[in-house]
Amino acid sequence: MLGVMTELAIEATGLAKSFGETKALAGVDLAVRRGSVLAVLGPNGAGKTTAVRILATLLRADAGTARVNGFDVRTQPGKVRASIGLTGQFASVDEDLTGTQNLVMIGQLLDLSTRAARQRAAELLAWFDLTEAANKVAKNYSGGMRRRLDLAASLVGRPQVIFLDEPTTGLDPAKREDMWDVVRSLVSDGSTVLLTTQYLEEADALADEITVMDHGRVIAHDTPHGLKRVLGGQRLTVRPADPARHDDLLEVLRGISGHVPEADGRGTVTVRVDGDDVLPDVVARLRAAGIAVDEFSLHLPSLDEVFFSLTGTRTHDNDEKALV
Amino acid sequence: MNMKKFRLWHALVLCKRNLIKLTRTPEQLIDVTLQPIIFLVLFLFVFGGAIAHGSRHDYLQFLLPGLIGQTIAMSSISIGQNMNADIAKGVFDRFRSLPIARSVPLVGAVLADFFRYLLLCVILVGFGYALGFRITTSPMMLLAALGISICFALAFAWVSLWVGMTVRTAGAVQGVMFLLIFPLSFGSNAFVQASTMPGWLQAFVNVNPLSHLVSAVRGLLLGGPVAVQIGWTFAWIAGLLVVFFPLALRGYIRRT
Repeated sequence: MLGVMTELAIEATGLAKSFGETKALAGVDLAVRRGSVLAVLGPNGAGKTTAVRILATLLRADAGTARVNGFDVRTQPGKVRASIGLTGQFASVDEDLTGTQNLVMIGQLLDLSTRAARQRAAELLAWFDLTEAANKVAKNYSGGMRRRLDLAASLVGRPQVIFLDEPTTGLDPAKREDMWDVVRSLVSDGSTVLLTTQYLEEADALADEITVMDHGRVIAHDTPHGLKRVLGGQRLTVRPADPARHDDLLEVLRGISGHVPEADGRGTVTVRVDGDDVLPDVVARLRAAGIAVDEFSLHLPSLDEVFFSLTGTRTHDNDEKALV
Repeated sequence: MNMKKFRLWHALVLCKRNLIKLTRTPEQLIDVTLQPIIFLVLFLFVFGGAIAHGSRHDYLQFLLPGLIGQTIAMSSISIGQNMNADIAKGVFDRFRSLPIARSVPLVGAVLADFFRYLLLCVILVGFGYALGFRITTSPMMLLAALGISICFALAFAWVSLWVGMTVRTAGAVQGVMFLLIFPLSFGSNAFVQASTMPGWLQAFVNVNPLSHLVSAVRGLLLGGPVAVQIGWTFAWIAGLLVVFFPLALRGYIRRT
């Protein structure tokens, strides 16, 4: 086995797909090294889900080629399916079945013996903290439980390549962290993960490389570090306790960061900062100026800011909001 | 194409899924429990007196095999309806991302229907018995009659599946199936002898698959020559499968 470390587990070239008049994908290239995590970052409608569905053999591309685990998605779909696990944006579990019944069914369809399927189901339910709910019908699960059961279902066959389509959308922050831990442990077990997300935070936390998509095209591909450098570091968001001090706050932040702060119209001010070493300085100056704050947070740029930096335009999500 | 080979085991796994779902919503069984009873009561007591010159018992003997045919056709609607709604659910994405043959979910659903049709036959014959229906052949012949009826039902289910995979909504499945089932069940010898009908209608009745099934069942339960009718029934079973299995499968693959 030559070059196992650099071998690509997912390799797509020129993927195109249209639904009627709508071009969902207009020539997308993706590459994921074996044992690594690729995050596909983009807003709703960027084509992320379409790309995942093509790679998982659920959809056929109009043009382009794709290989998953070395198999061609068009000519060897059976072999691709035997290599992958898929967790969709909407939990694909059977609501009328219990957690155990769902997982045992998948195991049996994957040709495990009934005994082995039961064992694997119990193992996964324990891992995903669902043992207590194992014999409850999935209809009565909470959103987070359903998502975990769905992920468990995609892992029954110990797939080498795992697709996670917006695995944390709609989960509260604590559950999101749990999901991240799961993804990390999958990778440490040697799996390759392609995940789609709308959060740079998530991509940064998990991915080895990030592909940014918009309007069915790849608009950037880089490591998280490289991408952050392009985007110009982190963002500091501050909300003054007294709205009357808004302009003074703008002045202070401009002075320290050397960048133009942006007011969001809801009382908070966000400014680009090059690192967290400016924080003590900011705190000191705010105190000196007598500006009390309600909110003070350092974070990565939002998806919206990412798109503004990369393309000079806002995401179309925001276009729609602007119209309303 | 390197598609995965069909394995009966996979279909049985999904058959079990359908049976579990059935136990969660037992009202889905109305069409194979209450419906045949209502049909039997209505036809026997509303039309019975007029049709068989006043002998309700004679009409019951004639009617019951006919009703097996008619209620089997009616009960086929639900598989198409259910599958039409079922494939929109996320779990079908899961099935399609697994290395199993594409036809597995459809075959699994048909296998689960075996138990519904068995229930239908038991209820119809049991209730008929309570009203005075008597087999004049032997218990073995009864088993043969139920066997051929269920075989026919499982073949006819593919028509419903095809409709279910073709029309847009579950409600429309019923509409389309009624259009098909009413002429088939009433334009047959299920309720009255074909000899009372005009010639052009007799021509239709005589080729109608339900007529062949009903004649075969009648012969098996009440005596008389059956070989030819059984032959025709199995010919129709084969024909339905050859035509509608691929059509339903193609519809399913296109749909998902």
